[in-house]
Amino acid sequence: MSIVDEDTAPDGAVSGKITLDVSGLEASYGPVEVLRGIDFQVPEGQVVVILGANGAGKTTILRALCGGLAYFKPKGRVLFDGKDITTTDTAEIVRMGMAHVPQGRGTFPELSVDDNMLAGAYTRKDPENLRGDMETYYELFPVLGERRRQHAGSLSGGEQQMLAVARALMSNPRLMLLDEPSLGLAPLVIQSLFRTFADLNRDHHTTMLLVEQNANLALDISSYGYVLEAGTIVLEGTSEELRADPAVQEAYLGA
Amino acid sequence: MDLFLNRLFDGFTLGAIYAVVALSLVLIFKATTLINFATGELAALGGYLTFVFWDHWLPIWIAIFCSMALLAVLGGVVERVLIRPFDPSDHLPVVLITLGLAYVILASDQAIFGNQPRGAPSPFPVGPEDYISIGGARLFYYTIGIVATLAVMVGVLFLILNRTKVGLAFRAVSSNVEAARLVGIRTGRTLQFGWAISAAFGALGASLVMSRTNLVPTYMGQLLVFSFAAAALGGLDSLGGALVGGLIVGQVQAVGIGYLQGVPGFAWVQPLSLTFAFLIILIVLLVKPAGLFGTRRVARV
Repeated sequence: MSIVDEDTAPDGAVSGKITLDVSGLEASYGPVEVLRGIDFQVPEGQVVVILGANGAGKTTILRALCGGLAYFKPKGRVLFDGKDITTTDTAEIVRMGMAHVPQGRGTFPELSVDDNMLAGAYTRKDPENLRGDMETYYELFPVLGERRRQHAGSLSGGEQQMLAVARALMSNPRLMLLDEPSLGLAPLVIQSLFRTFADLNRDHHTTMLLVEQNANLALDISSYGYVLEAGTIVLEGTSEELRADPAVQEAYLGA
Repeated sequence: MDLFLNRLFDGFTLGAIYAVVALSLVLIFKATTLINFATGELAALGGYLTFVFWDHWLPIWIAIFCSMALLAVLGGVVERVLIRPFDPSDHLPVVLITLGLAYVILASDQAIFGNQPRGAPSPFPVGPEDYISIGGARLFYYTIGIVATLAVMVGVLFLILNRTKVGLAFRAVSSNVEAARLVGIRTGRTLQFGWAISAAFGALGASLVMSRTNLVPTYMGQLLVFSFAAAALGGLDSLGGALVGGLIVGQVQAVGIGYLQGVPGFAWVQPLSLTFAFLIILIVLLVKPAGLFGTRRVARV
């Protein structure tokens, strides 16, 4: 059963612009080659998914996009809104409008929920709007609003994930990178979270790149997808095509 | 009773100074998990600078302020030039660097100012009559002044950390440096800010205490042991802990040792204050390494 019905399914191309254009991306951790030449694109306003099992290289892709120099020497080319960011520093890429929700939540555990949200808005230059935006996202995630003065470290796994997403949204990103947001969460929480992603994309045209093992929900909310295995893209297509593909069904949809 | 009160007041004086320097240590440890072994010598440099400015006709508080400003700049330079080039997860090079820096500053102080102790001014009146009488004991203006200064500095630090953007960035970097980068915080500059504040605090502590200890190149290096005990006791990543730790170490030294040396057979205790400070560090590390208020290291999986 899809969490996204026909009224709310993501529509086709919005503007035709390509927000993220990756070609020939290679990455190695020392002698271990993790990415062996990857090409993919994320059109503006779309949700694109990269499916893959553990160890396929999904997290490495997101790290490479977000300033891989901290971890390895990425080769290839990454264009963000047309600008080459292959070797740009992480903080600068974030200032250009890329928000990364990392695996393992990436919250500031000693800081309050409020302070986490304010930190998310660090790159913004309109302080007068921050409180209003915080309230908007607290309405989207009511449980965060209830706990706004608590330390983020005292929140449950699902709540921390919501906080990480809300914090990324606070920066008004051009592109959101989501690294396995379903990991370690209860099924009901995952459903609710993915429904929120679909809403954000539909109502605000937030461009998203989603990296997931949970193919079912990911294909529900995305319009295009790539399948990653052992560092290479082995299959790509629209989400409908991928869903119908027998290999994908067997490997990722438990058919 | 009046003897006890005298010792208590003395404990506050010592405790406040230890707390100021402990804050200097904790600011850097909190943000980077590094111990800055040059904390004492940087502070001593601040003390000497204050003395030099005062000696050239500047009023004492202006001299202290200028010294703090210069040390803040120096702290920022140290972070940029000596600390940032190194991999933050490998502590050994930085330990060696800060030790080396300590020796360089010490040697420079010795070369420029010589090893003879020299008397130094105090920003508070320190005459034998400058006290309030309480319960037969003497609460010197010097003590009140130092504790008040500490309170003001803690207040300023609190405001900076909790009400400014750079303070938020500093707390974020202290909490999760990876996530800090992901929200666009320039972690290098933020750490530079932390080093600057830390150095300024050291300069302040050194300037406040130099009238009591006299200026000699090693005077803050020795004090550092007490401040390290205070910081360890309070929790190396807890600013509040540095305050409490400072107070406890100060009181242990003033009241504890003060009384103990009066007990027949225990007069030998007095010169061993330093030893007791080391003992505190040892006991804390053995019994509760995180200190009273520090956070236990929890491995993130």
